[in-house]
Amino acid sequence: MSFNATRPTLLAAPGVAWLVAFMVVPCLLVLSYAFFQRGVWGGVEYTFTLENFARVADPLYAKIFLNSARIALTATVVAILIAYPAAYAISRAPRMTQPILLFFAVLPFWSNYLIRTYAWIVLLNREGLINNLLRALGYTGEPLSMLYTESAVITGLVYNYLPFVILAIYSTLSRLNPELMEASRDLGAGPVRTFLRVTLPLTLPGVAAGGVFVFVLSIGNFVTPALLGGGRFQMVGNLVYDQFLTANDWPFGAALGAALILTMIVLLLLQARATAHASGERKGEAER
Amino acid sequence: MNSSSNPILRIEGVGKSFGPVTAVDNVTLDIRENEFFALLGPSGCGKTTLLRMLAGFESPNTGRILLEGKDISPLPPEKRPLNLMFQSYALFPHMTVRQNLSYGLEMERLAKAEIRRRVDETMAMTDLTPFADRKPEQLSGGQKQRVALARALVKRPKVLLLDEPLGALDKKLRERMQLELKRMQNEAGITFIIVTHDQEEALVMADRMAILKDGRLLQVGAPEEVYERPADRFVANFIGVMNFIDGKVGADGLFAAEGLQVKAAGAKAGAATLAIRPENIAIGPPGDHPVAGTITDIAYHGLDRVLHVKTAASETPLQVRIPASGAGNWKIGDALSLKIDPAKCRLFNA
Repeated sequence: MSFNATRPTLLAAPGVAWLVAFMVVPCLLVLSYAFFQRGVWGGVEYTFTLENFARVADPLYAKIFLNSARIALTATVVAILIAYPAAYAISRAPRMTQPILLFFAVLPFWSNYLIRTYAWIVLLNREGLINNLLRALGYTGEPLSMLYTESAVITGLVYNYLPFVILAIYSTLSRLNPELMEASRDLGAGPVRTFLRVTLPLTLPGVAAGGVFVFVLSIGNFVTPALLGGGRFQMVGNLVYDQFLTANDWPFGAALGAALILTMIVLLLLQARATAHASGERKGEAER
Repeated sequence: MNSSSNPILRIEGVGKSFGPVTAVDNVTLDIRENEFFALLGPSGCGKTTLLRMLAGFESPNTGRILLEGKDISPLPPEKRPLNLMFQSYALFPHMTVRQNLSYGLEMERLAKAEIRRRVDETMAMTDLTPFADRKPEQLSGGQKQRVALARALVKRPKVLLLDEPLGALDKKLRERMQLELKRMQNEAGITFIIVTHDQEEALVMADRMAILKDGRLLQVGAPEEVYERPADRFVANFIGVMNFIDGKVGADGLFAAEGLQVKAAGAKAGAATLAIRPENIAIGPPGDHPVAGTITDIAYHGLDRVLHVKTAASETPLQVRIPASGAGNWKIGDALSLKIDPAKCRLFNA
């Protein structure tokens, strides 16, 4: 093997080794639990069974899966709807101010996820800032119960992952040649048709990347539903958490986790395919 | 006056500044129907800003832009019957050649059959038919350039604006496309306004040209006019090759520099610069002609040779163009004499 062919492999080696040791092996380990029976006091009894996978398909749990998917999807759509205009505004700002605006967009990341989520409790509480503000403005009715609702969970998810979506969409928008939009105007399309037929289709890979990101992180999330949903709105993440730490049913938790990871992998592959298609899969066809 | 010389576009006292920078300074210009007009100038001269104001992407601070007598300056780009061919071509990467061409007609809400007919027709004219279903990234530079042109032409604009249309092409292809563009302009019967920094390109293609510098219009005229009678020293230097000799004009109207005297018309007394093209200087053996010089360099151009001749009259050697064939055996270091044709001289007072 030549030096040039070896070097990329060598450079990737530490990363790959890290991933294998701390990601692939533990995942496979946990996955293997799914094929065994539960131990009486937690842990695993090494008797082969497929029963855990059968339980995942149980309507009760399938419903939680679907519910998680619905919440994650809502969070994804809301995040995209908020992030797109923000990313658009940043990409149209003067070159010099764009990094500053991006800095502010990702600023929340600099604090801890838990603290950020707790902050929402302070805001949404019956005795929280929003209710106090409403009272100060003269609202006299019952305090609004905003905390421990599905909307609170969605709000928390959107808030936490929004910066990713802004960055993903911004990166495609900023690489877009502004003359494409001008060409569209020049050819007779107004601003709306220009957006729908040129800007949006060309930035879909960024929207997809950001969207899949929010969806994948949301569907498996357990901190936000636990804190802002008050445990009333169970998502798959909480279910998995409960199996391992409360119900002591590791094999079933592993089976649920496997189903979750499979869902994420399928989505990521779909997104990668869509992006590859959008950016030059056709090139290959031409060369054939 | 026949209809072909009527102004289709009138730029009236148009000015544009970006903050403290004046990009276009009070430009007034008439562009006639069906002409191939070139806006020529060095980079930063305001030619692109002027073009963008015509297309509607910048609005002038002062003045008006009249298309067939109607002020179009308040209209957004999509409402103007002008089309722009972008320097970067700006082809839609997610659309095929056919879709790129159809786009502008779909915006006019034409019937599908009509769109198809016009797109087919335009693709045939620009030799794009075999590439109808290709995406821009599958095209060569020259093909992309033709798609950009076709996409604008298919709209049948009253005026087609072209921003450095040949800038991205290599020299051979550029020369071919210069003639190609001229042919298409003729066939389509559309007024073309082209922006370029390449004076040769402007000379080859344009019916008339305008030379801009620092946002100001220096001269407007046919290529021959501008080449032979440049309005000032800048234009003289910018178009083609020009020799400059600093000297002064005496009370007798005679231009004089060290070892050289020329009787040129239109000179005012005082410090002046004489401009003479390399092809308007004759050479002979020492003593034949009034100006003595020594060859410092010889550049062979195929068809002709350019001698660089040091004389007492100017700091920089004068360039003299002589035919390559029958040029004699001039070598570097040879002494010779020069004769400047007074009829072909231009004098610019300092």
